[in-house]
This record gives sequence, structure tokens and C-alpha cells, in this order.
Amino acid sequence: MKLVVAIIKPHKLDEVKEALRSVGVAGLTVTEAQGFGRQRGHTEVYRGAEYQVDFVPKVKVEVVADDDQVQGVVDAILKSARTGKIGDGKIFVVPVEQVHRIRTGEMGPDAI
Amino acid sequence: MVDSGDTAWVLASAALVMFMTPGLALFYGGLVRTKNVLGTIMQSFIALGVVSVLWVLVGYTLAFGPDRGGVIGGLTFWGLRGVAGAPSEVYATTVPHAAFSMYQLMFAIITPALITGAVAERMRFSGYVLFLGLWSLLVYAPLAHWVWGGGWLGDLGTLDFAGGTVVHINAGAAALAAILYLGPRRGFGREAFVPHNVPMVITGAAILWFGWFGFNAGSALGANGLAATAFTATHVATAAAILGWLIPETIRHGRPTTIGAATGAVAGLVAITPAAGFVEPWAAVLIGLVAGAVCFAAVDLKARLRYDDSLDVVGVHLVGGIVGALLTGVLASTAVNAFAGGIDQLGKQAVGVGVTLAFSFLATLLILKVVDVLVGVRVTEDEEITGLDLSQHAEVGYTFGERGGGVVAEEDATVDLTQAPAPSLAGKETR
Repeated sequence: MKLVVAIIKPHKLDEVKEALRSVGVAGLTVTEAQGFGRQRGHTEVYRGAEYQVDFVPKVKVEVVADDDQVQGVVDAILKSARTGKIGDGKIFVVPVEQVHRIRTGEMGPDAI
Repeated sequence: MVDSGDTAWVLASAALVMFMTPGLALFYGGLVRTKNVLGTIMQSFIALGVVSVLWVLVGYTLAFGPDRGGVIGGLTFWGLRGVAGAPSEVYATTVPHAAFSMYQLMFAIITPALITGAVAERMRFSGYVLFLGLWSLLVYAPLAHWVWGGGWLGDLGTLDFAGGTVVHINAGAAALAAILYLGPRRGFGREAFVPHNVPMVITGAAILWFGWFGFNAGSALGANGLAATAFTATHVATAAAILGWLIPETIRHGRPTTIGAATGAVAGLVAITPAAGFVEPWAAVLIGLVAGAVCFAAVDLKARLRYDDSLDVVGVHLVGGIVGALLTGVLASTAVNAFAGGIDQLGKQAVGVGVTLAFSFLATLLILKVVDVLVGVRVTEDEEITGLDLSQHAEVGYTFGERGGGVVAEEDATVDLTQAPAPSLAGKETR
């Protein structure tokens, strides 16, 4: 099992969600995030004082997938989150040791 | 004799001016960081409590009691004795004396509250309350007497329709003293001090504008043509000052900002205050345009001089007040009121400005020193980092989501504010 962590542009969230549904993803977790990469922040002006804001708002999407589904999940995100402009984000894939469904106590791929 | 129309307008105006202080609280509250929103709002709101009580006891009579040597009012009206339904023999002779006294009270409340913006995010609440009381009685009351209560500045012929000197130059000069005495906020010049709620700033500015009709048009002390003239001047000057601020701001920084529009409006309101009952509408527009642009330049200059006038009380109230006071001396017209502008009047205006500035600045420094020795004027470093809300008031402005914790058991209920660092956001352990 793998955890797919995608940092994406906030306005792409709906498209990413639909793309993941269409490849059979049954659940995901979304977190509002901020950070910086190659995309630059912006400048704000308050009464003449200019401030540089480095962190750009992003959305972090987390999906756990069984090993044979991982490539489909990654491809779906790559396709749906891409605008071609700088700041489209990143995808990380990391191994998952255990998964438990709290309600039933199911474990492993059955619990995804 | 009591006139019903005049009385209705003065009472309504008193309520309008009262509403300016909570408006100011929102204006300032939105401009500070999240952790200081309540402390900032409280500094304005507490003035409603402290100054009102002092006004009843001795404030009113010090300002408007029978003149003693042109310097201060006598104690005839202490406890507001005899200030009731019949008009005063001297002031506003067509409205009940009580209406006049309450109307003047609202000015006394907002003036010290204005100062707090200059030293936002770093003043100790107990020290502030003591400062507020002393300043109200030792600075505001005498100055109000000098200009409006039959004192020597009024006799000299300085024109101040609604409080350009008594309220704005006074508060602005006190702000300057307070900035120099307290010093900058920690992190000033390195960290970004970004307003935490701009819509709150705009709401506050709108309430100030609304209330200012009572402030200026109400200063006619009657429901009459002069009130309508002052109303007109107030509105058009404010409108012009928005443009007066936004045009240079856009040229210099590339975009017109909403905070700029709100600040420009307040600068216009400040500048038209001494002039409202003396100038024609075209002159009011001119005063607004000049005030907006000059105050923008002053705030821009402040950023380069590196004074931490946190919410620009000097740049808006002192500078705007001086612009208004001097232009009143130039643009006063006999088409509106009994006075004409000119070199002679300009000189009298300059004297009014200079005396107010010097007196308020020096007296404020002295009061701050006394308060500092007695209880301290500034929060500790830990309290400043924690924020005024939690360190001074044991509450926070905004709570989102679950924070853990629960009701503190009876025997633990006292929050120990002397401990450092201040109580954590996580809440106390429950039993």
C-alpha cells in the first residue's frame, strides 16, 4: 500500500477529486496548506508599507492506494492538476505499513 | 428657552458621536494583528466607561463650569448638579443644559481613544486606564475650556467649529508624545505588521463617517441652516479626501487600496472638523483633497523616518488637524458665517495650533511618566509576544474548532497573570 500526497493549486481540487473518483478512489483527505517552491509569492501594500508574502496557498490531497492502483492514481492527479504554469505542485508517494478501518477493525487493503 | 427642534437634533447628534467610539474600536481593531484585536477594541470601549463617570464627577465642570481666569472651569457643576432640563445661561441656550453636557461628553470620550492607535499592541491595560482618567481631566478638560468654555484661546479668536484643535490636534500631539515615550513594538521594521481584518477597518471608517455628521453638523447646536452647511461641508470634504489619498497612492504604489480609501476619508473628516461651519462647499472639497494628499505624504514619510506610529494617529489626526485648522483661517467665508479668512485669521489659527500642540505634548509626556512610575505603561516582552487579548484580558477574539480542555474547577479558577509565559491557548487542565 502507498500513500499518495499531492500538493496542488486550490482551484484544481474539484477536477482532481473527480479524476480520482473515476479511477476508483473511494476516499481522500484534503488539507489547506501553504508553502513555497519555484512559484513566487506576492507583494501587499498597507498604508504605503510594502510586505513580501512568500507562502502561496495550496491544497494537500492525501490518498491511500493498493500497490496496483498507485500508478492510476498518480496519472489521474498529474493529468487533472496540471495547468502547465509554474506552481502546479508536487506528488509524493510513500509506503504505508498498516491501514485500519476504525468502525469495523478491518485491516490492510480491505480497510482502504 | 428650550426649542424642540434644536433639542431633538442635539440629542440625536450626541448619540451619533457616541457611536463613533465603537466605530473607532472597529477601525483600529481591524488594523492590528489577530492577537491584539480585543485589547485594541477595549482601549476605545473602556473610554465610554471611564470618561463618562469622570465627566459626571468633575470633567464637565472643569471644561464648562464658570470661567476661572480663562484657564479652567469652576466646580459649580460637579456631579452635574443643576445641569438638567433648563438651558445653560451661556452655552446652547435653546437646548436643555443636560443635552449640551451629554453632547460634549461624547467628544471627551473619543479624544483619548484616538491616541491609542499610535501605541497599539503594546500598552498595559491598567496603565492605560490610569492614563485615560488623568489625561481626560488634566489635558482634555482644560483645552476644551480654553477653546469652547470661555477660556483664553476662544477669546483670542481661534476658529474651531467642531474640535479640530481640542480633539484632533490634541489627540495627535498626545499620540506623538506617547510614541516617543513607549518606543516601537518588538520586531518593528523586521516583522510584517499586517492588518488582520480589513472589512472591519472599512466598517469602522463608515461608522466614523456616519457619526461625524453629529460631530460637525451637531456643533451648530441647533436644527438650522448652519447645521445643514456643516453637514454639506463634512460630506463633500470626506468624499474629496478619498480621492486626495488614492491618487498619490496609486501613482506611488501602483494600486488604490481599500485601507487607503478608508484612511483618506478619516483624514478628510479630521480636516473639515474645524472648518465645517465656516466654509463654502467648494472650499470644503479643496480642504478634503489637500488633507487626503498631505496625510498620505505624512504617512509615507513616517515609514521612512521609522517611527512606530502604529495606526497613523500623527499622520492622520495631527497632520490632518493642522491642515484643517490653517485652511479654516484662509477659506472661512462671510457667505457662511460671521468670519472671513485672511492673514490675520491665519495667524490666530497658527497660535491655536501651536498652543494645543505644545500643551498636549508636554502634559501627555508628564502623565505617561507618572503612570509609568505608578503602574507601568508598557506590557512585558512575554505579554507583547502573547498579545494583549490573552495577556491583558484572558480571552481571544476568534476561536476556531476544538481546542482541548474544559471548565476550570472552582479552586483553580483564578488565572495567574503574573506567571511567565502567559497562560497557554490550550486551556487549563480539568479535574
